[in-house]
Amino acid sequence: MLNKLLSGDMPRSKILAVLLLGILICLAFAPFLFPGVRSVDTAARICVFIILVASYDLMLGYGGIVSFAHTMFFGLGAYGVALASTHMGRGFDALLVGSVSGALIAALLALVIGLFSLRVRAIFFAMITLAIASAVAVLVSQMSGLTGGEDGLSYKIPRELGPAFKFYDGTVLGVKMNGKLLKYYLVFFSCLALFLFMLRVVHSPFGRVLLAIRENDFRAEAIGYRVVHYRVAATCLSAAMAALAGSLYAIWLRYVGPDTSLSMEIMIDILLMVVIGGMGTMYGAVIGATLFVLAQNYLQGLMNVAADAVSGLPLLPDLLNADRWLLWLGVLFILSVYFFPTGIVGRLRKGR
Amino acid sequence: MDCGLYTQKRSIMSHPILETTDLTVRFGGHVAVDHISCTFNAGELTAIVGPNGAGKTTYFNLISGQIPSSEGKVLLNGRDITRMSVAQRTHLGVGRAFQLTNLFPNLNVLENVRLVIQSKAGRGFNMFSMASDHDDLTRPAEEIVERVRLTDQAHQIVSELSHGDQRKLEVALLIALDPLVYMFDEPTAGMSVDEAPVVLDLIAELKAKKDRSILLVEHKMDVIRTLADRIIVLHNGALAADGDPTEVMASDVVQEAYMGKELEDV
Repeated sequence: MLNKLLSGDMPRSKILAVLLLGILICLAFAPFLFPGVRSVDTAARICVFIILVASYDLMLGYGGIVSFAHTMFFGLGAYGVALASTHMGRGFDALLVGSVSGALIAALLALVIGLFSLRVRAIFFAMITLAIASAVAVLVSQMSGLTGGEDGLSYKIPRELGPAFKFYDGTVLGVKMNGKLLKYYLVFFSCLALFLFMLRVVHSPFGRVLLAIRENDFRAEAIGYRVVHYRVAATCLSAAMAALAGSLYAIWLRYVGPDTSLSMEIMIDILLMVVIGGMGTMYGAVIGATLFVLAQNYLQGLMNVAADAVSGLPLLPDLLNADRWLLWLGVLFILSVYFFPTGIVGRLRKGR
Repeated sequence: MDCGLYTQKRSIMSHPILETTDLTVRFGGHVAVDHISCTFNAGELTAIVGPNGAGKTTYFNLISGQIPSSEGKVLLNGRDITRMSVAQRTHLGVGRAFQLTNLFPNLNVLENVRLVIQSKAGRGFNMFSMASDHDDLTRPAEEIVERVRLTDQAHQIVSELSHGDQRKLEVALLIALDPLVYMFDEPTAGMSVDEAPVVLDLIAELKAKKDRSILLVEHKMDVIRTLADRIIVLHNGALAADGDPTEVMASDVVQEAYMGKELEDV
């Protein structure tokens, strides 16, 4: 049963199994374990980024395709929900229409870019995606009548997903039984389902072909796999998954803007998460996204505490100043690439 | 030069599968393959010989589609496949093993073979089932692995195999594909004396089946002598001789093509 659910991809390392189980439990019970707006927010962000990073890894780690347009697909899903909710009014139908059309448009765009550029060389695809992603980002910030420009869009989502909706009077374990809780579980279970789906895809016959293409595209073609078709299919699937992650993020935030869903910074974050977690394994996305989002949210606070603790000493407080958090993140990144070139998951599985 | 007469004589006993007509490729001013017209029949093993740079591997690349031709046609069972992609040709029945081992290095032996069977079964776009559940693909793959004597290494990662075992796997992939036209490019190169017979026996088995056409680029005289029904000699990209192995090997053309160089007699 568990084997089927995980598509036969057992963690194959005790430490990894414990880590994954820990993350799953923390995310599943986040509203109860870590009450507080900020921590639940972080948990939802982790869920969404796991999907986003896993979908990117589907392309990079399995298909061997480098893309810089992943945030664009993420943004398409987010703006899909935002626009549908703005124009159709609040309602689950708007969320559904927004998510589905966002995913379809993302897949379609990926199809066009892929057919156009993957024929030639995978590196050409990387260039094209970079250009198109920048163009779309500019377009979104310029077409302020439709997209709200740099300010983005705020919109209403169904009442049942808001804090004012109470489906049970009183509290359970000190947590209010309101729409916000429902919204968290909508995000959590959607992400869980999407993750298990992607895990299945990479272990399907299709996933094996992607592995073969990454290993040796020349021979994959010679044993009868039309490489360009498989690459395009993987790109479309990956784009649709990224768009769905974007939709969930838009539902969670009730706001979209270029900064939250389209910026190049998110693209870089995704790359870092893939590399830190480990390429070519879906579990890498879980570990990478969790560590990175946690670091983003709590490293500054941690450093403040550390800086205070060493306040008497020379130089150290300056180095540990919360404003230097990016420096330390950079150091962590370099160290992790140096010591774990196959990512944390690759390292854990090898050290078995 | 055309290989008409000899082919006609042979085709009485078997039908042609593969045909190239005036097949040519130029790289800049250099003509690497020069108007080669030739027919390959079912049940026939043709050895392709010639000195290094004669265009043997390039001729192979034109037939299997890795390089587009500048001129001429490739016909498979009378069907023009000249403009088709490598994968399309593979599905229609042109199979190729490579001179330099060309495998999926970080997958295991069985998975390498399984991928070929899966390709033949046309199941590459199946996204929702587990690959390990497709027993009907795994079982034939295991049989092929057994046939090339790699069962003990079936779950070993390919990059960790010995050179000889990698060559065996290279042949296994082609056998798993079971095409109409088998193209071997020096299948036993670098193999030890004990290992080579495994591969040569397999090729002999294929030949005995009579319904496949086998093309073999080979330097080793003893291999040619035991296996080949026919030899074609390439020289500077052109067809220099075509005919019965003993006759061709004795002819002046071959001596000239190799410019005094002896065929490697192992």
